[in-house]
Amino acid sequence: MLRGFAATIAVVATLLWSPFAYAQTAPASQAAGAKNQKAPVDPYDLEVHVDGWGETVPKVAQNANPAPAPVHDISGTWEPAKGWRNGVQAQGAYNYPMDGKHTLPFTPQGEQAWKAHKYGDGFGNSPVAEVNDPFEMCDPIGFPRIDLHDLRALEIMQSLKKTLIVYENDQVWRSVWTDGRDFPKIVEPRWYGYSTGKWVDNTTLVVETIGLDERTWLDNVGRPHTKDLRVEERFHRVNHDIMELTVTIIDPAYYTKPWNALDKYPLRLQSDNFDIREMVCSESEAAAYNQEISEQAAPDKPAGKK
Amino acid sequence: MKLISTVAAFCLLLVSAPLYAHHGNAAYESKKVTLKGTVTSWMWTNPHVFLKMDAKDDKGEVQHWVIELVAPSNIINFGFTPQTFKPGDEITVVTTAVAKNGSPVARLDKVILANGQVMITEGKQDGRAEAAQDHRANADK
Repeated sequence: MLRGFAATIAVVATLLWSPFAYAQTAPASQAAGAKNQKAPVDPYDLEVHVDGWGETVPKVAQNANPAPAPVHDISGTWEPAKGWRNGVQAQGAYNYPMDGKHTLPFTPQGEQAWKAHKYGDGFGNSPVAEVNDPFEMCDPIGFPRIDLHDLRALEIMQSLKKTLIVYENDQVWRSVWTDGRDFPKIVEPRWYGYSTGKWVDNTTLVVETIGLDERTWLDNVGRPHTKDLRVEERFHRVNHDIMELTVTIIDPAYYTKPWNALDKYPLRLQSDNFDIREMVCSESEAAAYNQEISEQAAPDKPAGKK
Repeated sequence: MKLISTVAAFCLLLVSAPLYAHHGNAAYESKKVTLKGTVTSWMWTNPHVFLKMDAKDDKGEVQHWVIELVAPSNIINFGFTPQTFKPGDEITVVTTAVAKNGSPVARLDKVILANGQVMITEGKQDGRAEAAQDHRANADK
């Protein structure tokens, strides 16, 4: 079993390595003065997007003409259409990155709560020792941050009564009930809340979520929320291959008006062979990272050899 | 009473535990430094991978560097695997940022293997450039 696994890894590694073999030979042959050699390889062209199984994810054909969207169907594996890393949103929600130029409609209470959140990324980030991001401590990333930070591959599965959304990031799922039920009478705060969904037309599923744990942040730069946060997601399938996701934040105590953290953010359907890779927060690995990197780079650490 | 004091002590331990901050960008300053040396360890971990290497400084003294890369889910797309490096490999590292406090901790721009192969961790398909463009466009509205 272990040998089989090792052999698989070796094959995958060889496959991954093969594109780079050309890169190392091209400059050498040019140095030898050979004529009619190909232009030097730009290492930035050597990216090969692979899934969790090590299989290459095919590039999208130019001028593709996708089929129409199916009715009441958003199932499948999806990735950000603008690039597999486009949904990282390290500096905060895609539509409101923390770059000193985007302003949220905070109430005074909301702004005060936000100032207590010390984030490590983006404009105005805090020193390492002050960062109090719960996800950095491997708390569950929670909702809607799972949409607004490191949105990578996600798999959607539909049944008659509910839709499951499985996320690459943090390896979590959400249940969206589509059987017409109301929210529970007693709401116990959850990291991922309580979600119900309704088809508003043939290709748009609107999901409402409440009951969200106040400990979670909305995004990677600490935008806060209250226990009364309500999130609306619109999954609109534009055609067979593309689905747009809009995420609206509704929390009057902290924001004077609803705001779209994502606005028609495009996701592309992937092959049904696409394997979602593991991406979890391991406390022991995070501790090792903290010891080797964060503590050594901390401002109060004396300079010098380790 | 004893239970209360035990719980209180436990809570204090929790509060005083060091926070993890893998996005502690404030600890770094942008700086390109070239390090030639030998791999001592290659840690394939979340949230970020790191490479440990020994490299001599200007005075010829060996410094034990820790080079931070991004997450495995990113660098797998650029040919890095858990088997990419082994202790003793001769490499050249170019940094994109180094620790402000002078500690031998840095972030990777590119690594050049002994056979001349260059490995990087950002590309043209990953969508980062598009995200930056979109943000600029939004800001102009």
